[in-house]
Order: sequence, then structure tokens, then C-alpha cells
Amino acid sequence: MSDTQNGKSNGSAHVAPPSGMLAELTHRCPLQCPYCSNPLELHKAADELDTKTWFSVFDQAAELGVLQVHLSGGEPTLRDDLEDMVAHLTKRGIYANLITAGVTLDRDRLARLSEAGLAHIQLSFQSVNAERADRIGNAKNALAKKLETAAWARELGLAITLNAPIHRQNIDEIGAYFDKAVEIGAERIEVAHVQYYGWALKNRAALIPSAEQTARAQEVVDDARLRLKGILNIDCVVPDYYAKYPKPCMCGWGNEFLAVTPTGVVLPCHAAQTIPTLEFDNVIDRPLAEIWWQGSAFQAFRGTEWMQEPCRSCERKEVDFGGCRCQAYALTGDAAATDPACTLSPHHGAMRDLADGESADQPTDFIYRRIGLYSA
Amino acid sequence: MAERNIATLASTPTLPCHVRLHHDSVRERWVALAPERVVELDERSLAVLRLCDGSRTIQALASELAKAYDAPEEMIAEDVLAFVQEWSDRMLVRL
Repeated sequence: MSDTQNGKSNGSAHVAPPSGMLAELTHRCPLQCPYCSNPLELHKAADELDTKTWFSVFDQAAELGVLQVHLSGGEPTLRDDLEDMVAHLTKRGIYANLITAGVTLDRDRLARLSEAGLAHIQLSFQSVNAERADRIGNAKNALAKKLETAAWARELGLAITLNAPIHRQNIDEIGAYFDKAVEIGAERIEVAHVQYYGWALKNRAALIPSAEQTARAQEVVDDARLRLKGILNIDCVVPDYYAKYPKPCMCGWGNEFLAVTPTGVVLPCHAAQTIPTLEFDNVIDRPLAEIWWQGSAFQAFRGTEWMQEPCRSCERKEVDFGGCRCQAYALTGDAAATDPACTLSPHHGAMRDLADGESADQPTDFIYRRIGLYSA
Repeated sequence: MAERNIATLASTPTLPCHVRLHHDSVRERWVALAPERVVELDERSLAVLRLCDGSRTIQALASELAKAYDAPEEMIAEDVLAFVQEWSDRMLVRL
């Protein structure tokens, strides 16, 4: 067993245990954001893992080396056993992050979560303009509810991350997002440029900003980093259609991170099911540790052996790991290709033309995310 | 308007409840667990953070560490000031 304790060799790659796990507790959500990171085929409540199974997953994760769990969805607060999950994670020494839209919580519930050991919530803001926030999330009065949730979180002493999913319809609000984050007393903001797979890929023409908008937004971020030093932590995911090199997706496939879906499917990345050649294991059938170390989906793009040119001989191959496998598949049809976000990819020019073309046209109508639109 | 906190020898640093010191038994190391982040701690960082409980000034904290490590207090104080300022800027220590 000792080889599974502190990492082991997999061909030329040294495999380490995972430190982070995304637990997608449910696909149910009161919002219908058109860039949702869930798959197109969404599951109903009846398909979800029960409390006992999640506890077992958390126990196995702790033993495997997971230090942080991101409780997400859908909207994780729609699970009425969320407090028990937080308490269980806390007991196992795992740090729980609650990823929520903040429209379904009341103060008592938040206090119970805090008592169970929750210390941090990540609150998503579709916009800091009330009317626009409702249009993007296809919701009513969402912004006011989020602000109320933020105020309760502050009173209870919870740390707040403001999550700002950025696209062409709110990109000019970035400055206002920083002001809002400071105003609600957030410790941290994630400027999360939308990544284009799943729902966001369907809605790309409604969402993708132009190169000029993106550059302008980056200036605002750079300025805020200086201005808000010691006041607000700023994390920014660069929109990679306009980047020179791809993002180090997941810090390497099967390297630090795993995700578990509402039905128990274990993924190297939350979007991995968009790659049809991969086969995934379920926690109901196989121990989590075995899935991490031996599961075929985790082995598929682990290390650097799977790489083709130009990645294979690239000096950056262990810096960005060839970028995002899901994006490579979505745009080239080959999940082992260099991510076309990289200027060294032969597909980069076509990707850039797509982005320039779509962002110059009028935005299309949103296809709102909802269960049943695409069958599971 | 919120302002950046500046650490002085009279500051009394505290670890906020959203930052937890944790022994990672799988990797045999100490870490600080914070919102969506794991910070690996060396012996020195751990020693400082353990004393950040709001009851000691940085001066007092440096004095304790100087005794424990048999090192000049002035040098330790300078190191601790820089360390606490960095952690305060990352919102991981309160002043």
C-alpha cells in the first residue's frame, strides 16, 4: 500500500495524490446561466448520490490526501443534508468551500453551516447590475438576495470570495465588480472569464468578448491589483482565445484534482465528459483511490507521454501541460492535440478567427441552462 | 473605504477563522488551509503562525522566537514583520 501513500511512478510520470476535489452535489439550480459548467445532459434529484455515499466519498478522499473540497452543483444548498456534509468534512480535517449562487440561503441556514465548520463561501454574481443579473441568470431579484447573503456571511464571520463569470455582456463591469467586492467585505475575487465548453460553447456567440474588450478588461484588473493590494485578493482566469499560451488546465490532468458528479462519476476535470473517447468510473462501483491511481480516464492524459507535436518537444510542456484537453477536443476533434489556445497550435489561427468573427456580430439569444433540454 | 493594513512591531496578528493550520499526514507536512488554497508551511512559517493568536505583539512574538531559536531578536523581528505583512496582504492574517 505504501506506493499509494506518497505518490508513485506511472511510466515516466510521477503521480501524486490529489489535493482538491470538486463535489457536484446536484444539478438542480434556481438559476439558468447560459455558461453553466455542468454538462448539457443534466441529472434529476432522483439520480443523486445519497448522504451516506457522499460521506464515504469524503472519507476515501481524506485518506487519499484531499485537503480541500469544493461543494458545488448546480446549487449545493438545495441538498438539505449540506450541513451534515460540512460537519463530516470538518471532522475529517478537510477544508470545505461552499460554491453558491446565494439566492436560496437564509440566515439561520448559513449560521448552521458556519457552526458545522464552514469558514468560506464563494458567491457568484452574474452582474452587479440588478436587471442584467436577472437576464443572465433568468431569475428574479437575484442580486438583492445575493447581497443579503453576503451581509449575513459577514455577520457570521465567514470569508467571502466574489465569483465574477465574465463574458461580452458584462465585461465592461469589471471595475464595478471590484468596487462591489470591497463593499461587501469580500477577501477575494475570482475574475473568471467564461471557458467555452458545454453550455458556454452552445452560447459562445452570445458570450465571447472581442480582443479589444478583453485587453481593456485586463488593464482594469492590472490596475486593481496595485490599487487593492492588502484589501482584496484578485485571481484572474485569462480568456484563452486571446492568449499566447494555453492555461495550465487543472494544473495537469490527473495531477492534483478530481471531480465527482451528482451521480458519482469520477472525473479528472468537471468538463471531461465532453470527450467521448474516455470511459469513467463511478464511486458506487470502485474505490476512489483505485480510480485515481488506475482509472483509465485519469491515465489517458497524465504526465507527458500522450503528447503530440508541438507539445512533445516543447519546453513549456510541464508548465501548461498542453492546455485544456476538453478544448482541444471541442475545436480540433482530437483530445490529445495541442490546445488551440496555444499560438504554436496549427489550429490557433482558426480559433482566433472564430472569436474575432463571433464577437464582432450582434450577440445571439441565450440558450438557458435547464434540466431536460438535452436528455441525460 | 477599506485600506491596506501595515504591520508594525506593535501589531497583534491573528489567524482568522477561515485559515486553519493542518497536519497533512498523507504528505507528512504542515499546511495552512485557506479559501480555495493550500499553503505549504516550513518550520519557520509554522512557528510564527502558531503564535498569531491576537494576544502577542510582533515584538513579543519575535522575542519568543529569538529565545527558542537562539537568534538575534532584531533580525527575527525584521523577518516576522515582512512575513506578517505578506500574509496580511494575502488576507490570511489579521492585524
